[in-house]
Amino acid sequence: MRFKDTSPKLDKFRSRKIAKKILHSIHISYAKINRNLKLMHVCGTHETTVAKSGIRSLLPNGLEIISGPGCPVCICPSEHISAAIQLAKQGAIIVTFGDMFKVPDSELITLSNTKSNGYDIRIVYSINDAVKIANNNSNKKIIWLGVGFETTAPMTAFTLINNPPTNFFVLSDFRLVPPAMELLLSDPKHDLDGFVLPGHVSTIIGTKDYDQFPEKYNIPCVVGGFDALDFLIAIDMILKQIIRGDSIVENAYPRVVKAEGNTIALKMMNKVFKVVDAKWRGIGIIKKSGFELSERFVKYDAKALLLEPIKSDRDLIKGCLCGNVILGKAVPQSCPHFLKKCTPETPIGPCMVSDEGTCRIRVLYEEK
Amino acid sequence: MCLSVVAKIIEFIDQTQAKVDINGVTKIITISLLKNELELNDWVLIHTGFAIAKIDESKAMEIINAYDKIDNL
Repeated sequence: MRFKDTSPKLDKFRSRKIAKKILHSIHISYAKINRNLKLMHVCGTHETTVAKSGIRSLLPNGLEIISGPGCPVCICPSEHISAAIQLAKQGAIIVTFGDMFKVPDSELITLSNTKSNGYDIRIVYSINDAVKIANNNSNKKIIWLGVGFETTAPMTAFTLINNPPTNFFVLSDFRLVPPAMELLLSDPKHDLDGFVLPGHVSTIIGTKDYDQFPEKYNIPCVVGGFDALDFLIAIDMILKQIIRGDSIVENAYPRVVKAEGNTIALKMMNKVFKVVDAKWRGIGIIKKSGFELSERFVKYDAKALLLEPIKSDRDLIKGCLCGNVILGKAVPQSCPHFLKKCTPETPIGPCMVSDEGTCRIRVLYEEK
Repeated sequence: MCLSVVAKIIEFIDQTQAKVDINGVTKIITISLLKNELELNDWVLIHTGFAIAKIDESKAMEIINAYDKIDNL
């Protein structure tokens, strides 16, 4: 069968025959290691790959794949949503990706509810569409919701460098993956045996930022891609490191990830953003884990437009375990709200909203 | 949100934009995050309307062929 969404050569990454060979290698390696292992990925799209393709059911018993803090929508602070809603009520047009539309703030109010009440909130595919909206509505302030990891931040940097319309503003709450990994690994109680590193974050930042983890924490790290075979190869490479007694950063997704990353994107991000301590929903403040606009670009900062400060006493509603689910410390099924109050149709926790949220993915692909 | 798709370049609009084919859908994307390394019919990785990497098929094939050569089944 020919897949039209890859080049013909890359069809091999959908080969059942090769999948069986990689799985065989994984089972042989795991038998040699002969102990329970816990491998974490830190990417919501990886969780989709794992769940959708049934990878967990194909792995040896005792080889566990857990989901880490890899869903930017899930960890986006409640205050970001509240600020966007307030700016909409002040008359601005809010422009965002669809992922953000149904995420509740701490009072369970969403952008979707707000739009239903008559405020102007628009979903787009790209920041380029937001700039077009700004050009077509020069009498209105346009607020772009700057949410995402390192994969998504360069597009905002590019836009601000290229002189957007004066009515274009950014509510910047971008977050960075390596500081969250550091938080997990610095916990002396962590029981992780390896990381599958996020392929598209790594396309931008490269692999050098991860070198600190094998060096400091003696943990194997392998960059993984998003076809099921990419992910299996990453697991196999981690197991082989464990057998060798090795801890290094390896790249199982070299068709797009280079050690140096995307140097143009990195330069643009360095110019537009400054690294700050930042709040992760359900987790708290993580040091040097967020992007705010640097002094030169502060005129585009939507936070300065807020007429009242945004305050929030809580992140999540009582009992919601999203924080622990995001950190890989709880499975969705252990949350008292899972598939009771909190369902894909009526989500109350962010992990049930996003297509990259662990709870939602578990319901859609794995929970029977 | 980090979801990205693979697309084939079918036309250059100017220095900053190209038309791509995404599994049969034609779309104009921004190519300014890549150096002047793209040619017609190249495959690129697209994230939210921007090309973020050129697909290096030879590197991909090295890995997958290594597994394909394993004779264990």
